[in-house]
Amino acid sequence: MDTGLSFGHFVGALTVPTTIAVKHGPLLVMHPIDYAVLVVYLLFVVGIGVLTGRKQKTSEDFFLSGRSIPSWITGLAFISANLGALEVMGMATSGYEYGMITANYYWIGAIPAMVFMGVAMMRFFYGSKVRSVPEFLNKRYNEGTRFVNAITFAIFTPAISGISMYALALVLQDFLGLNFNVSVLISAAVVLVYTFLGGLTASIYNEVLQFFLIVFGVAPLTIIALIANHGWAHFKHWLKTHQRYAIYPKKVAAATTHKLHAVAASATHSMHAALHGGAATHTPATAVATAGVKLSGSQWLHTWAHMGGINNPLQISWPGVVLGLGFVLSFSYWCTNFLVVQRALAAKDLTAAQDTPLLAAFPKMLFPFIVILPGVLAIPLIPHLLPSGHGISPTKTFNNVMPLMMAKYYPAGLLGLGLTALMASFMSGMAGNVTAFNTVVTYDLYAAYIRPNAPDKHYLNFGRLMTVVGIIISVAFAYAVAGSRSIMGYTQNIFGVVNAPLISVFLLGMFASFTTPMGGFAGIIIGTLTSATLFVLRFPGLPMAHTFNNGTSGAFWCAVWSFCAGAAATIIVSLFTKNKPREQLVGLVYQLTPKPEAHDVPVWRRPLFIGIVALICTLILNLLFW
Amino acid sequence: MIDLRLPIGIFFILVGIIITIYALVSPTYIPNITEHINIDLYWGIVLLIFGVPMTLFGWIAEKKAKASSGDRPSDASNK
Repeated sequence: MDTGLSFGHFVGALTVPTTIAVKHGPLLVMHPIDYAVLVVYLLFVVGIGVLTGRKQKTSEDFFLSGRSIPSWITGLAFISANLGALEVMGMATSGYEYGMITANYYWIGAIPAMVFMGVAMMRFFYGSKVRSVPEFLNKRYNEGTRFVNAITFAIFTPAISGISMYALALVLQDFLGLNFNVSVLISAAVVLVYTFLGGLTASIYNEVLQFFLIVFGVAPLTIIALIANHGWAHFKHWLKTHQRYAIYPKKVAAATTHKLHAVAASATHSMHAALHGGAATHTPATAVATAGVKLSGSQWLHTWAHMGGINNPLQISWPGVVLGLGFVLSFSYWCTNFLVVQRALAAKDLTAAQDTPLLAAFPKMLFPFIVILPGVLAIPLIPHLLPSGHGISPTKTFNNVMPLMMAKYYPAGLLGLGLTALMASFMSGMAGNVTAFNTVVTYDLYAAYIRPNAPDKHYLNFGRLMTVVGIIISVAFAYAVAGSRSIMGYTQNIFGVVNAPLISVFLLGMFASFTTPMGGFAGIIIGTLTSATLFVLRFPGLPMAHTFNNGTSGAFWCAVWSFCAGAAATIIVSLFTKNKPREQLVGLVYQLTPKPEAHDVPVWRRPLFIGIVALICTLILNLLFW
Repeated sequence: MIDLRLPIGIFFILVGIIITIYALVSPTYIPNITEHINIDLYWGIVLLIFGVPMTLFGWIAEKKAKASSGDRPSDASNK
């Protein structure tokens, strides 16, 4: 959810999906072979739950897999837990809307943070033997800091997975004619069975299966889209000779549904022209005003080339992307979010834990080619697509570009694999959220404040109960979103707001020994309050409504400012308050932790070396799509 | 714990067999393009190429773990 969190601001359109039923029968028809693939998948995920369930003897087995998993498995789970249905489908959507610039969410918005996590931060998370991220905050700072972090995490995690569930059930309803209730209940039941039985191990093992399934189910789309475009060179030439309108996300989001409907109904032709050039001179002024400025289609192929100013499809310049996305949002997510950190904590030793985000960086950097590129390649293949809204059919919105591409180009057989991959992406995201939720609620809320010092068996049972509760909250949230879709946008945005300044408190905690418990507490409170205030001030009609040229730019810059506020508060309060005794900070702070003995490890196996290789590979990818 | 490569490999072998046999029995081509490409056949084979070595390595690791530790579970053997 580099994507989830940053993505919430970014794909404003994604937060307003349509619920219009396809009137002339389902767009996709599943054949018996497609059902066969789906059934085999469901049997395997439940089977893995049953197999791993036998090993759950202690709470540490259930919540942390007994810290026994090799790094290649935790590494793939690290990526997969983040690959929810919203991310997989949303990335293709962004590819269609903004082009290859979306890859920045991976190449600057994920890889550097993952490398930093493995090289610099994991030593303190894993080395201190904490069981969760809030527990680390308690050890380094105080109970208050832990409580703020634990309670926000516990509130938002099941909500986010409910949103993902809603999005998937909606696609299944729109494209397969599958009943919304049936798909919500079946997918929730399957996730419940395997997370209840096998805890984190089942979740991680299934995440690895789901990772491969997503790759094999979605990758053919890129290959087929290249064939349909008559090759990459032909596609590039097509884009260079066409113009597109960059859509201002803020304007589209602010447009009334009536206006969107009017644009869709009365000016489909004009909008088509607006999006794809050609007859653009005949475009009525209303459509142009809603759509934005016209740019050369070749801009949809670049990540950085047009970011000197805001004249690019995303309408944002490079400092905002580097500082806001590449540093604050990305580091706050990849280095502090327990959903991903938990996968590394399950690793069998410190080396495996450090390797987890580092090994994950390599497949992660290639993901744009299977999730973003199909959306970009769809530009000439499925024209006419619009932002979603009332009055716009699910088959006419680029929110659904991935299932639309599958519907157009996947034959029976491959279709089963593709749809199962979407289902798998949803399940891996949901199981990741639920296993992180039950751990934080059990260790950081229940065992910390309600029932400390209970027998281990009691926490194991309570964790299982919280698994059920987490899934019930997710399902309830899916229905809440179905009732009022604006909840979805607010939840994603607020989660981003809460998370944005966290990294300041962690960085100062791990790398500055002078920061005090009260300093950390002040940092988390002031950072979050600043972030929330700046978020509210950007609402229409409020003082900062027009400060930024669009919502994405606003989200990036406000993250930077709230980071600064959180860091300043931590430093200033630390100067005037009492610190913990130094011996209590050993293993938690860089200066006070003995350096690990690494002379018997060959250079190529050291975290720093693997991290540098990952960064060089990412740099090469950036240059290729500059 | 079971070596994870084993279930993953078996899963992709099963799905690969299902899709390959389907492609051989009733060839389906990629819709909406001019070329006749039986993508199910090619992709089914790709799945098998992935699944077979996964299963083999997983199976060998399981056997080794069992041989070296009697009937002790092979928690750390799946690297």
